[in-house]
Amino acid sequence: MDLGIDRIINMLVQGVLLGGLYVLYGTGLSLIFGVMRLVNLAHGDFIVLSAYISLILAGFGVNPLISIVIVVPVMFVLGLPLQRFVLNRTLGKGIMPPLLITFGLSVIIQNALQLGFSADTQGLDAGALETASITITPSLSIGLMPLLTFVIAIAVLIGLQVFFRRTRLGRAFRATSDDPEAAEMMGINSRHVYALAMGLSLAIVAIAGILLGVRTNFAPALGPARLLLAFETVIIGGLGSIWGTLAGGIILGLAQTIGAQINPAYFQLSGHLVTLLVLVFRPTGLFAVTRDK
Amino acid sequence: MTMLLKVDKAVKEFGALRVCNEISFEIQAGEALGILGPNGAGKTTLLNLIAGDLPLTSGRILFNDQDVSGQPANKRCTMGIGRTSQIPRPFTGMTVYENVLLAAQYGRRKSEADSYHVCRDVLALTGLLPLWNTVAGNLRLLDRKRLELARALATQPSLLLLDEIAGGLTDHEVHDLLAILRQIRAQGVTIIWIEHIVHALVSVVDRIIAIDFGTLLIEGTPDEVIHSETFRQVYFGIDTDLEPVT
Repeated sequence: MDLGIDRIINMLVQGVLLGGLYVLYGTGLSLIFGVMRLVNLAHGDFIVLSAYISLILAGFGVNPLISIVIVVPVMFVLGLPLQRFVLNRTLGKGIMPPLLITFGLSVIIQNALQLGFSADTQGLDAGALETASITITPSLSIGLMPLLTFVIAIAVLIGLQVFFRRTRLGRAFRATSDDPEAAEMMGINSRHVYALAMGLSLAIVAIAGILLGVRTNFAPALGPARLLLAFETVIIGGLGSIWGTLAGGIILGLAQTIGAQINPAYFQLSGHLVTLLVLVFRPTGLFAVTRDK
Repeated sequence: MTMLLKVDKAVKEFGALRVCNEISFEIQAGEALGILGPNGAGKTTLLNLIAGDLPLTSGRILFNDQDVSGQPANKRCTMGIGRTSQIPRPFTGMTVYENVLLAAQYGRRKSEADSYHVCRDVLALTGLLPLWNTVAGNLRLLDRKRLELARALATQPSLLLLDEIAGGLTDHEVHDLLAILRQIRAQGVTIIWIEHIVHALVSVVDRIIAIDFGTLLIEGTPDEVIHSETFRQVYFGIDTDLEPVT
């Protein structure tokens, strides 16, 4: 195996850029857990669902990347009643009800997608952009789509950071996350905050889903594997930490790319191993901030 | 004077345990009412019922002639019922200013620009202005109590519920706190205050109700209540320091 310096740099760059997609997977999951301590087992299926909504729009000739401006609001609006009428009812009754309900949702989404689109794999065609790349040196070229994905991931994180620190609603999110009863005493409707948090989470999921669809093929049953990657990102980075999620995604992406260099079959395995190591040596993740009282 | 709050035969049961047994009382706008009673008498539960943290089992609570019994806590806060908790619960990851700003913006739905003056006034009144940029999790007990009060005030309540706000403070600190409470009263805010430090309580309130085992025992001026036979029996053995603090 030739491991010249160019190869190594190339591998590291690809790994970091792949991490961008995982950052987008993990952010929505982390956001929901941070605000309401809810683990959304249907998270991966919502990612796949978003890709399918984009696929429907592609049928009308909408480029997947343009479809972001439609799919994001659609998923946001979907999140509001989902939280208001379904998930809010499961909160405060222990950890099992939300897990069961979101697991049920996961099964429903998978089967509905299979019913509507068959079990065949599908892909989103973003046109020439998909294969375009920037050549840095003769041995290092960066794909435009991975780069765009990474830039979008960073933009989403910066947006969230500004939202949490600088806006009235962002402060309400933080307050509700910290102590929902005290937040109620300040006039904050925590159930409404939860609904908006779910909307925001699914809006980010929508971006992740479309970028997934452009990057690779997808099928109705692919959700749980996306959920696992989202979990790993969040476990490595630490729950509730925005920049921890960034680090988690990059580390996971690097681990997979480096593993695949050793043997292509180690792509998934090496990511899981890194996650396992973090769980053993630092179970709260590398940058955890969310505390449970 | 107009009636601000009417508690009408309030009952709260946790299973077979009746912690609030048909308590009825009224409070006029601008008045300050003290609630006395031994530990476990149901004082905090009563406050929770008024603030909406707990639903009533039966009875009614009228605020400004409106039945608020079915309203959640956040709604009652926006209607003008502010409260402090016995154990301060600041949002520990936020600064003092952010804590108060949040209360100002959500309590009465004000814009950030309008809230600024509310926050400034409240921080100045509670003596927290020098600490405005401190992360609330790093505050010591007295400042946490001040923040608890500042946040409740920032929601601009017409009725302020205080739950043992002087508990755990030194005499000197209690003295400072009383000065703040008198200023709040002077601004026309109606107060209901639960407190074990009797001399502090009687120096601020107009009227006292004493409760035990969830039942209202006696109601009257501080003098009447404290010198009554019933009250002495309930508090038997407890030294009630009657010298008002000046």
